Amino acid sequence: MASAAEIASQARRTEVRDRWLLSAPALLIIFVAAIGPLFVMLAYSFMVKGDYGDVKFGQYSLDGWFSVFLQRDIFDDTLTFADAHLSIFWRSIKLSFLTTVSTLLLGFPTAYFIATRPRHTREIWVFLVTIPFWTNLLIRTFAMQQVIRNEGIVNSLLRWVGVIDEPLQIMHTDWAILFGMVYVYLPLMVLPLYASMEKLDFRLVEAGYDLYAGRLQVLRRIIIPLVSPGIIAGSILVFIPSLGAYVIPRVLGGGKNMMLGNLIELQFGAGRNWPLGAALSITLMVLVMVALLFYVRNASRSGATHG
Amino acid sequence: MPESAGASEKRVAIEARGIVKTFGQGANALRALDNVSIVIRENEFFTLLGPSGCGKTTLLRLIAGFEYPTEGAILLYGEDIAGLPPFKRPVNTVFQSYALFPHLTVAENVAFGLQMLGRSKAEIDARVSEVLALVRMQELAARRTDQISGGQAQRVALARALAPSPKVLLLDEPLSALDYKLRKEMQIELKRMQAETGITFVFVTHDQEEALTMSDRIAVMSKGRVLQIGSPWDIYDKPADRFVADFIGETNFLSAIVLGVADGVAKVRLTSGAEISATLAEGGVAEGEATVVVRPEHARAVKDGGQIAGVVENVVYFGTDTHIHVRLDDGEMFIVRQQNSRTQSCGFEVGDRAGVEIDADAAQVLKD
Ligand SMILES: Nc1ncnc2c1ncn2[C@@H]1O[C@H](COP(=O)(O)OP(=O)(O)OP(=O)(O)O)[C@@H](O)[C@H]1O
Ligand SMILES: [Mg+2]
Repeated sequence: MASAAEIASQARRTEVRDRWLLSAPALLIIFVAAIGPLFVMLAYSFMVKGDYGDVKFGQYSLDGWFSVFLQRDIFDDTLTFADAHLSIFWRSIKLSFLTTVSTLLLGFPTAYFIATRPRHTREIWVFLVTIPFWTNLLIRTFAMQQVIRNEGIVNSLLRWVGVIDEPLQIMHTDWAILFGMVYVYLPLMVLPLYASMEKLDFRLVEAGYDLYAGRLQVLRRIIIPLVSPGIIAGSILVFIPSLGAYVIPRVLGGGKNMMLGNLIELQFGAGRNWPLGAALSITLMVLVMVALLFYVRNASRSGATHG
Repeated sequence: MPESAGASEKRVAIEARGIVKTFGQGANALRALDNVSIVIRENEFFTLLGPSGCGKTTLLRLIAGFEYPTEGAILLYGEDIAGLPPFKRPVNTVFQSYALFPHLTVAENVAFGLQMLGRSKAEIDARVSEVLALVRMQELAARRTDQISGGQAQRVALARALAPSPKVLLLDEPLSALDYKLRKEMQIELKRMQAETGITFVFVTHDQEEALTMSDRIAVMSKGRVLQIGSPWDIYDKPADRFVADFIGETNFLSAIVLGVADGVAKVRLTSGAEISATLAEGGVAEGEATVVVRPEHARAVKDGGQIAGVVENVVYFGTDTHIHVRLDDGEMFIVRQQNSRTQSCGFEVGDRAGVEIDADAAQVLKD
């Protein structure tokens, strides 16, 4: 007869084997579809660019990485920072950050409102929040264009009220990109926020009031710490796609106000510089990773990642 | 023990005037509180006692400010507090569900109220360790509150509500999750605190023994109504109606006919034909059919004689005393409680015939 310890270790072995078997399809997909292409990108970034796009296999160079941040003057060969690239990096980070903050400020009260409705009406509100997802991103972005362009709704309204004489130039500015991204990514903030607010025990809010905390204190000391998993998830879900946004800056920002996504597309398209495009892509990924690490570390330090 | 003479001179801490609270509307409307009027004096230990769902928590929530009365007013030291939000009321609650903050430690939970009141760090630290010692939770001060047991959580909830030294402490079944010994200790602590701090306690419990031993006065509630308010002695010995008599302690109900009343004492005839005198509850029936109550300890089983008689159906040994269940000749059940002696059994066996002798002044006519 097997001893209890043997049975337990046997059970543990079976469990480990089952776990691997069950996760095999997922692991396969992750390697083939996600990690594999990544290595291709990494390899491309160290190759010599082809004359009509593509890369020259077997010929390696650091030019791709080099031109991410630096540029060589065509006349006197001096090295300078690639101002155009740097300003695009800066714009991407700035706009993504502003988008995250704006969606958080707008999404928090929205999620709170939904979470405090009677149970059966909450689903209707959540449903309403997801409606924008039903249409294609491109179409939503063009709709936003109709709202903010010089002859659009906002400008017509403001002129009609008499606040302005000349139309406000919103299109093809960073503002346009910001408005567009806030509009498109807001649901991605509201949904995770709502998910954690729905789990919030409102008796704790009452306990806070009972212990002399005013409304602001209750918000700061009780609600925000308790829904912080939702805040983190929402911020990540908004920040990452914002950083790589392509359609929105393309349509609303015009050719001049590029973001990283547009720059990368340019290298693989008209720019015919795949190594640079690959290097830029990897740089973008590193940026995202750094931002995530920074965020998660901050969040866990403030004791937010409880239960 | 009659109400102490000084109690009525104390100031009124809380007054509820004609409180009605309805939840829902139309056909689903539920009257959780129905015309409740209560006066609670300063430093009183006032208990709300009643079965589940009778509206005890609802009344506490109205006092704390989490709900607003549908009708009526609540006065705190003579002032209508309808306009005061909960965080401006000098009232703290020990919640039935504890409602401890899961993202804070035990000590941080207890410190919360003091921090909100803007006390100095030194003062907060001193007070937190003081109340944690009181509820014997000093060792777990640094624990997170999702890592403690139910009884420990209850003690933290108590400490958290006590820390800011409120004028009125609302306790919603604060000892229900504690084991017998700890509960007894906490009961004594609470009484001691009440005496030392002058805090007014509004205490909710299911447990009638706890209510009887701790309270200055008790309000017995049922289905949103207050049936009787009085000292434990009043409630136990002079129950106003059948519900109160039945809810508090064990009671025998006998059907009887009131023959007449003289000087507040009724002459009643039991179904056995025996005539006894009985006190009259306030508003009790003055003549005709009525119910008479007799507590089990106010009657004795006898071999022969007694006002009523029947057959012993059960003998239950309780250690300190024995309960003898007598099926009376008219079919009703009568329970007699007799103290045990060390050397003798109660002297009755199942199937024996027994008479029941009711003590003089032990019977009371109910008002229903
Ligand atoms: N928010 C609410 N909405 C609807 N009905 C409610 C609400 N709160 C309480 N009730 C109802 O009011 C009645 C009284 O409830 P309450 O919580 O005051 O009972 P309780 O005496 O505290 O009971 P327990 O001893 O079980 O805690 C119950 O029938 C309950 O279902
Ligand atoms: Mg209750």
